[in-house]
Amino acid sequence: MTAADGRWMRLCVLGIVLAGLVLPIVTGLWQTGRAAFGHLPAVGAVSISLDPWRALAALPGLWRSVALSLWTGVGSTALSLLLALALAGVLNGRLSAGRTARLLAPALAAPHAAVAIGLAYVIAPSGWIARLLSPWATGWQVPPDVAIVHDTAGLSLILGLMVKEVPFFLLVLLSAQGQIAVRASLAAGRALGYGAGTAWWKLVVPQLYPLIRLPVFVVLSFALSVVDMAMLLGPSNPPTLAVAMTRWFLAAETRLILPASAAAFLLSGLVAAAIALWLAGERAVAALGRVWLRRGRRGRVAERGLVLAGAVGAVLAALAAAALASLLVWSVAWRWSFPDAWPESWSLGAWMRPAAGWGPAVVETARTGVVATLLSLALAIAWLESEDRAGLGRARWAEALIYLPLIVPQIAFLFGLSIALLGVGLPAGAPAVIWGHALFVFPYVMIALSESWRALDPRLVRSAAALGAGPWRRLVAVKLPVLSRPILTAAAIGFAVSVAQYLPTLFLGAGRVATLTTEAVTLASGSDRRITGVYAVLQAALPFAAYLLALLLPAAMRRRRGLAAS
Amino acid sequence: MRLSLVALIALGLASPALGETWEETLAAARGQTVYWNAWGGDKRTNDFIAWASGALEAQYGVAIRQVKLSDTAEAVTRVVAEKAAGQTEGGAVDLIWINGANFQSMKEAGLLYGPFLQELPNARYLDLSEGSAATVDFTIPTEGYESPWRLARFVLTYDGARVETPPRSMAALGDWAAAHPGRFTHPTAANFMGATFLKQALIELAPDPSVLQSPASDAGYEAAVAPLWAWYDALRPNLWHGGEGFPENESVLQQMLNDGEVDFAMAFDPAAAAAAVERGLLPDTVRSYAPDAGSIGNISFVAIPFNAAHREGAMVVANFLLDPAVQAHAQDITVLGSYSVLDPTKLDAAQQAAFAALPSSPALPSNADLGRTLAEPHPSWMTRIVEDWTRRSTE
Amino acid sequence: MSGLVLEVVSIRPGAAAQPLFAPLDLTVAAGSITTLMGASGIGKSTLVDFVGGHLAAGFEATGRVLLGGRDVTRLPAEARRIGILFQDALLFPHLSVGDNLSFGLAQRIGGRRARRIAVEAALDQAGLGGFHDRDPATLSGGQRARAALMRTLMADPAALLLDEPFSKLDPALRSELREFVFDHVRARAIPVLLVSHDREDASAAGGPVVLLAER
Repeated sequence: MTAADGRWMRLCVLGIVLAGLVLPIVTGLWQTGRAAFGHLPAVGAVSISLDPWRALAALPGLWRSVALSLWTGVGSTALSLLLALALAGVLNGRLSAGRTARLLAPALAAPHAAVAIGLAYVIAPSGWIARLLSPWATGWQVPPDVAIVHDTAGLSLILGLMVKEVPFFLLVLLSAQGQIAVRASLAAGRALGYGAGTAWWKLVVPQLYPLIRLPVFVVLSFALSVVDMAMLLGPSNPPTLAVAMTRWFLAAETRLILPASAAAFLLSGLVAAAIALWLAGERAVAALGRVWLRRGRRGRVAERGLVLAGAVGAVLAALAAAALASLLVWSVAWRWSFPDAWPESWSLGAWMRPAAGWGPAVVETARTGVVATLLSLALAIAWLESEDRAGLGRARWAEALIYLPLIVPQIAFLFGLSIALLGVGLPAGAPAVIWGHALFVFPYVMIALSESWRALDPRLVRSAAALGAGPWRRLVAVKLPVLSRPILTAAAIGFAVSVAQYLPTLFLGAGRVATLTTEAVTLASGSDRRITGVYAVLQAALPFAAYLLALLLPAAMRRRRGLAAS
Repeated sequence: MRLSLVALIALGLASPALGETWEETLAAARGQTVYWNAWGGDKRTNDFIAWASGALEAQYGVAIRQVKLSDTAEAVTRVVAEKAAGQTEGGAVDLIWINGANFQSMKEAGLLYGPFLQELPNARYLDLSEGSAATVDFTIPTEGYESPWRLARFVLTYDGARVETPPRSMAALGDWAAAHPGRFTHPTAANFMGATFLKQALIELAPDPSVLQSPASDAGYEAAVAPLWAWYDALRPNLWHGGEGFPENESVLQQMLNDGEVDFAMAFDPAAAAAAVERGLLPDTVRSYAPDAGSIGNISFVAIPFNAAHREGAMVVANFLLDPAVQAHAQDITVLGSYSVLDPTKLDAAQQAAFAALPSSPALPSNADLGRTLAEPHPSWMTRIVEDWTRRSTE
Repeated sequence: MSGLVLEVVSIRPGAAAQPLFAPLDLTVAAGSITTLMGASGIGKSTLVDFVGGHLAAGFEATGRVLLGGRDVTRLPAEARRIGILFQDALLFPHLSVGDNLSFGLAQRIGGRRARRIAVEAALDQAGLGGFHDRDPATLSGGQRARAALMRTLMADPAALLLDEPFSKLDPALRSELREFVFDHVRARAIPVLLVSHDREDASAAGGPVVLLAER
C-alpha cells in the first residue's frame, strides 16, 4: 500500500515541480527566444527575423562585454575553487566540520549586494583602507586617481565574487569530505612519504572534485550572469554582458528589448560554452595531474601553497568583515571625509524613520522570504518523503531538474516569464515575486536537505513502523523531529537565497515589490552612503538572524522538552 | 511655519470654481493608492513624495506609493510589457516622473493617457502660451499629455576649499582639466545627467546653436558636433581614470566630490548642492554656478500611462503638485529645493509671499549665478551624440 | 642499530585521561617480524598511528620512536620512512591500479619508462600482471590487499607497520595472503611490526610476540 501511495505522492510532487518550476523556465525561455528572433507584438515587432541579432552585433562594446563576462565568470570560479580546495586542506584536521560551518555562516548569509556595496567602499581609492593609511603612510590628501572599483579588467568584480563563492565552495567541500575517506587517504599518502599538503592535492582533491562538480557549474553560471554585484563592482564602460543586457531591457528605447532578448540567448550560449570550456579544462588538468602523480615527487611546494592559501583566505575573510563593518559604520555616520579614518560626526538619523524608509522593505523582504521558503520546504519534504515511500532513489534526470534553475541564467527567462505571466492574467506583484524567488529557493533547500534526509538512520523509521506507526505518523513523529536541525538549516539557507534575489524581484515585481536588496542596489547608485548602509546592514542581518535561529532553535526546543543539552 | 503651510494648502485646495468633471474625478480618486514610478536615487525627492502622500491622504483620501526606479525606463518597459500582454486596464503604473526621450517614446507608442493637463484646476497657474517652457519637453510639444512639477537647471558644483576660480565656460573647463588631470569627470552619457553635460557643451561649442532646435539632419549634424568632439577628445585623457570609466549618475558623482575623488559635481537642480550640505552629504564649502553663457534648463513632468489602474488618483496627484503652496514647499531648500514651475505673474500676493519667505544658503546660487536659461536641443541630437559618445568611448 | 625501537611509549586519549596501556618498550630487529597482540580496544591501532606519525589531534603521547638509531618521534609522518599497511587496504579510487603503485614508487627512480617498468614488475610479482589500467574498485579483496602491499613496498620504507591487514579477509584467503605479505617483507630485511589480535597471524609471522598489557 505504501509503495503505491508513495508513487502517487511522487507523481503529485513531480507535477508540482514541472508546473511550478520547469514550465515557467521553459515558457520564459520561449518568450525571450521569440523576442530574440523579432517577435514581440508589444513593441510592434511581429515578424520573425535575424534583425535583433544584427542590432545586437552592432551595439557598441558588445564583444568586450562578452569577453569580460567570460573572463570574470571563469576566472572568479576557477580562483574561488582553487582557493577553497586549498583552504579546505588547511582547515582539515584543524577545525571540526561543525565549527567550520558555523564560521562560514555569516559569509554565506550576507547577500552579494551587501558584500559588494561594503567591499566597494573598503577598497576604493577613497575607501576605508586608504583612509586608515592616509595621510600618515601614503601622503595622500586627496585620493589617488586609480581605478579600483569598476576597473576595466573586472578584478574587483572577481574579488567580490570570490568573497562570496569561496565560503560557498568550502561548505560544499565540507559535506563532500564526509563522503570520502579523507583521513585514511592522507595517512596512506604520508606513510608513502608525501607531505600532508602534497597528499591533499594528489589524493584528496581528485576524490572531492567529482562530488562538487554540479555546484561548480552553478557558481560558474551564476558568476557569468550576475547582475547586482557586477553593477556595483564590475566594469562600467562597457559592463559585463549580463549588466549590459539588463540595461538594454530597461532602456528607454523599447526597440532595444529585441537585441536584449538576443543577448539573453547569447548569455545562455556563453554559459554553455563556459561549461564546455571547463569540461575541457577538467580533462587537461586530469591528464596533467596523472603525469604529476606518476612521477612520484615528494616535494614541498604544495605545503607552501597551502600556507599561501591560508594567508589569502585570511585576507579575504578580513575584507569581508571590513566590508560588512563599513556598512554599519556608515549607517551611523553623519560626515566622514577623506582622509579621516573614522567619521567626524555621528548620527542615528538614517535609522530613525523606519516607517518612511526601511521598515516596509524589511517587512516585504521577510514576508517574501518566509513564504517562498515555507513553500519550498514543504515541496522538498514532500519530494523526499515520496521517494522514501515509493522506495525509489533519485534518478539523474530528477537531480538535473533540481539544478535547472541554478544553471540556466536567470535573466534568460525572467523577462520572458514576466510577459508570459501578464499574458495569462497573473499580475506582477508580491505573489509573482514569491513564486519567482521559490524557483531559486527550492533547489537550495532541496540540496541542503537531501543529504541529511538520506543519512537518517533507517532503523529509527523501521522501529516506529514495527511499533505500528503509519507513514504519516512516522513522518510527523519521527522523521521531522529528528531532522529538525537540518530542516531549519535548509530553511535558513532558503531564506538567505530569497533575501539576496535581485532580478526576479525587479522583473516580476513590476517595481511594486521593494525588498531590501532592490532598494540597496538602487540606493547604491545614489549619493547617501548612510542610507545605503542601513539597507545593506539590514539585508545582511536578516539572513544572519535566520541562520542564528536555525542554530539556536533546536537546542531551545530540546531544553523545553527537558532533554539535557549534552 | 508648519501651521501656515497647512493653512496655505487648505487655502489652495478650497479654491472654488471646480468643474463638474473634476468633482467626479475627486470622488473616483478617493481611496485610491497611486503607484508613482519615480527615480528613487534622491532621498529628498523620496521624502517629498512621502510628505505629499500624507498631505493628499488627509485632504483627498488619495495615497501615493512611490515605486523607486533606478532608471525611468524601467517603468516604460513595464507598460510596454503590459501592452504586449493585452492588458489595457488595471496597469501597474499610475504615474511616471518622465522627461524627453522616455516621454517621446511612450507618446509615440500610444502608451500615455491624455490630454489631461487642461482638466487640472491648478493648471491655471501655469504659463501655457504657445512654446512656453511648460508646454515643451525637449522641444517635443507636450500637448497636455504631461503635467509639469519641477524646474531643472544645469549647474556645476565645486568645493571652494580646493578650487578657487572655477572655469566659467566649457572651453575653460578643458584648460582647467589639463592643469588638474584626473580631478574632473561627468556621469556616463548613457545617464541623463551625462548626456546633459554633453548637450551643454554642444550648445556652447556649436558654430550655430539655432540648428539644435530642429531634428538633427545628417547634413548639418557633422558640422554642428565637430567642435564638440574636438574639445572632448582633448578633455578625455585629463578626466578621472583617464576617461576610461565614468560614474553612473550625478549622485555617484556627488559622492565622489564628497570623497575628494574629484573636484566637481554637476546637477540638473540648482539647489541640489545646498540641500546636500544641509543633509551632511557635502562639505559646507561647496558652491554651485552655471557657465557664463547660461545653462540648459527644462521642466520635469509627470505622465499617466494609458492603462493606469488609478487614473483619477494620478490626476489628483498631478494637480496637487501644481498647487502654489506645494510648489513653495518644494522650493524650500530644507525640503526639496526645486524651483517652481508656476508663472509668478499668475500668483496672488499671499502666494508670492510664501516664495519670498523661503530660507537661503551660501551653496544656493543666486539668479545672477545662474544666468540665462538655454533651451534643450531637439531629442534627436541627444540620441545621436550619446550614440557617438558610446561608440567612441568603448573603442 | 638498524631496528625499530620504541622506548617507554605511553598514550593517553586526552590530557586528563588514563594511559591506554602500560608503558611499552620494544625493539624490532631488521628482518624480523614482531607481532604485537592485545585485546581489542586496548589501543593497538593508536600505537600504530603514533609510530607512523598519524596520531590524531587530542591524543597525548610520551616516549620515543627510533629507527636505525635516529629519533623520529618529532618528525612528520612523511619524513619517517615508515610504511603502513592498513586494515582496509585503501587503494586511491581516483587512480588506476598501476597509478596507485607509481604513486607509491620512490622518486629516486626517475624517467617515465623506468617507473613504468618498475610498476609492471611489482604488479607481476603480486600476480596482478596486466592490471595496470584497472579501476581499483573492480579488484577482489585479496587483489586489493596485494596491490596495497606492493604500493607500500615501492616507497622503499625503512620499517613497516602492518595494522591487522588480514582481519577483514575471509579465512581461505587469509593464509594465502599472509604468506604473500611475509615473503615479501622478509626479503626486504627491514623491521616489521605486525599488530593483530589473531594468534594465527603471530605464529605465521614466526617472530617474537609481544603482548600489549593493560595498565
